[in-house]
Amino acid sequence: MGAVERPRTEVAAPASWDYAPAPEAREIVSFERRYGLFIGGKQVSPKSRTWFSTISPSTEEPLAEVAQAGQKDVALAVDAARDAFRTWSRRKPAERAKVLFRIARVLQERARELAVAESLDGGKPIKESRDVDLPLAAAHFFYYAGWADKLEYAFPGRSPKPLGVAAQIVPWNFPLLMLSWKIAPALACGNTVVLKPAETTPLTALLFADVCRQAEVPPGVVNIVTGDGATGAYLVREKDIDKVAFTGSTEVGKAIQRELAGRDVSLTLELGGKAANIVFDDCALDQAVEGIVNGIYFNQGHVCCAGSRLLVQESIHDQLVRKLKRRMATLRVGDPLDKNTDVGAINSSAQLERISELVQSGVEEGAELYQPPCRLPEKGWWFAPTVFTNVAQSHRIAREEIFGPVLSVLTFRTPDEAVEKANNTMYGLSAGVWTEKGSRILWMADRLRSGVVWGNTFNRFDPSSPFGGYKESGFGREGGRHGLEPYLRFE
Amino acid sequence: MSQTVALPRSLELPGGGRLPRLGSVDAVALEARAGELAKRSIKRESKIFALDLAIRMIDLTTLEGADTPGKVRALSTKAMHPDPGDPSIPSVAAVCVYPSLVAVARRTLSGSTVHVASVATAFPSGQAPLEVKLADVRAAVKAGADEIDMVIDRGAFLSGRIGQVYDEVVAVKEACGDAHLKVILETGELGTYDAVRRASLVAIAGGADFIKTSTGKVSPAATLPVTLCMLEAIRDVHDETGLVVGMKSAGGIRTAKQAIQYLCVLHETLGVDWLTPDRFRFGASSLLNDLLLQLRKQRTGIYRSPDEFTLD
Repeated sequence: MGAVERPRTEVAAPASWDYAPAPEAREIVSFERRYGLFIGGKQVSPKSRTWFSTISPSTEEPLAEVAQAGQKDVALAVDAARDAFRTWSRRKPAERAKVLFRIARVLQERARELAVAESLDGGKPIKESRDVDLPLAAAHFFYYAGWADKLEYAFPGRSPKPLGVAAQIVPWNFPLLMLSWKIAPALACGNTVVLKPAETTPLTALLFADVCRQAEVPPGVVNIVTGDGATGAYLVREKDIDKVAFTGSTEVGKAIQRELAGRDVSLTLELGGKAANIVFDDCALDQAVEGIVNGIYFNQGHVCCAGSRLLVQESIHDQLVRKLKRRMATLRVGDPLDKNTDVGAINSSAQLERISELVQSGVEEGAELYQPPCRLPEKGWWFAPTVFTNVAQSHRIAREEIFGPVLSVLTFRTPDEAVEKANNTMYGLSAGVWTEKGSRILWMADRLRSGVVWGNTFNRFDPSSPFGGYKESGFGREGGRHGLEPYLRFE
Repeated sequence: MSQTVALPRSLELPGGGRLPRLGSVDAVALEARAGELAKRSIKRESKIFALDLAIRMIDLTTLEGADTPGKVRALSTKAMHPDPGDPSIPSVAAVCVYPSLVAVARRTLSGSTVHVASVATAFPSGQAPLEVKLADVRAAVKAGADEIDMVIDRGAFLSGRIGQVYDEVVAVKEACGDAHLKVILETGELGTYDAVRRASLVAIAGGADFIKTSTGKVSPAATLPVTLCMLEAIRDVHDETGLVVGMKSAGGIRTAKQAIQYLCVLHETLGVDWLTPDRFRFGASSLLNDLLLQLRKQRTGIYRSPDEFTLD
């Protein structure tokens, strides 16, 4: 030591550093007490004279009353769409593009309001609705606005024409984003739509009705009918529809397909998934852990393409699981409006029940459960991030879609075995591959039977990239040039 | 493991532990994770905690050709009492100077808790014969430095002479005696995160008490992703061997907002145990005044004039 001797003092680390609540202001959005249906460019009272409450899954507080559209209401909406189709389909394509561009701009301008509404009504963390749902929703309208006057170039020599009236039914996991995936290509191709948002998350669709007003969408081009499964069934049974686009459960998808058998109605289905996220021993390990977390805990696992089956090369299993568990312990579960929340509320009590039931089956079948210590709020519906190790292919948690923050870890020894296990499912929506070798990603992508294969990333979406399934995950593609095709007929 | 291990076979961690797998780093995902952590919203008491902690973690630095005893005395005085009007403001962790000014800093800081850090080993380039570098270190230690910030020989590292880098770190560590050794990787010159990770492990294997991003003389200096990359290497070493290694991010961190982002990355990578100046440092100068300004704003609700804080 130097001239002055001085003992080295030790500075103790604190016991904890708890981030103070950082809530996004909810005042930016105000809901009406009661919403009607959006038909022919106007809010109308439902002929059914019935309403139901939509509640916030994080507080169980009722947010607004929403109309339960009956058969007459749905028929009126389809009529309005049919009327509007006559003029909208003949509009100059560049004029249609303008309308879509305006919608995109309004979505951007009202992004914060819509993000808060989405998190309130659906329970997802504000950082996701702010950084993922809203930017992607706007991007979809921008993207398809660009195609509106270039359809001849998209399908040269095939004379693309709009189909007519599209009946669209969207799920509760990405309410506004799925609405955008459905409405943007339909309108770009010259169709008009009747859209039914999910029963538990109708509010952003109803706010979107106001976006349409602001963007001067002609009356009847976009119609929104709210309600439960019965409303959806009325919509599918309507005689005067030309197209059904459905995103949701495989069970309902099958019912719709049966309903449409023998009718001249085109159909696209985007259904469930049980995606394999495949991690090889040469991957960038810490980044793979991030990808695994993003793959399954993003949006509480309420993602049809969630990486719910983790296939790990056996040689790195222990190390990876250790890293994963530690990372899970840093996930912040709680108030969806808090900007630091990583995992929000489960969308509904019914969904929570389903998740709990499947997790219980995992325990009973002998898989090993881990949940990081976390305090869940007392009100609302919550489920701690969960990982199961020692999972066998035959366990229910390895086969059935849980649609919650629950990951099942399986192992493999060779690339062939990884492919075999990944494909051994009734679904085929997405898969992830983590490896340093570009050639191996391509080799795997050739062999995996799933609509999307992500390489060294997961849950990444872009409007220019087609999305859709194999097998019981559905058919038809949304996004990209491919996403135009289901809304066109060719001569 | 299907990875080429580029480290010399004889290379072992102090204490004989096994190095973690060399591994690789995915740049896109690393930067995405750092970007996500940068969005943490730190408010109220948790912000005051972070601002106070950041002050205590600063190595208040001056490394200019124009440095004089007067300048170093002023800086050292500021280091002990960053805000003379507010005794609740803690001292910074250390003052970081060139070897020729160590004695001045030592005298001024006598009796305080502030450490004296000195850059050495032909800082900033490291392009000098080993004997010269070691003499540099010994002189600094003799003059009273209790922390040595060495630079690795990037020329050797980039030309594949990794063993030489390791040997130098070992030799410098020995020359340090009781002084703590921080090893500067100069990440801005290494080109890839893979190289940063590899250099981190070499430095730790050689006996680094801290690994440090940059000299501050090369752009880019510290970044959030490069810090995350190095923290992950530290975490792997700790997992594998229990060895505790500190981290210093230096250069380009000027605002309280940035400092809080670094603390979030630290907190959510290595946990609360690393939230101490014994395990994390900021190499900075202008950062201190912004921390003081923000801390006073947080406590009083009012932004004060920057002129209320001393420029040293």
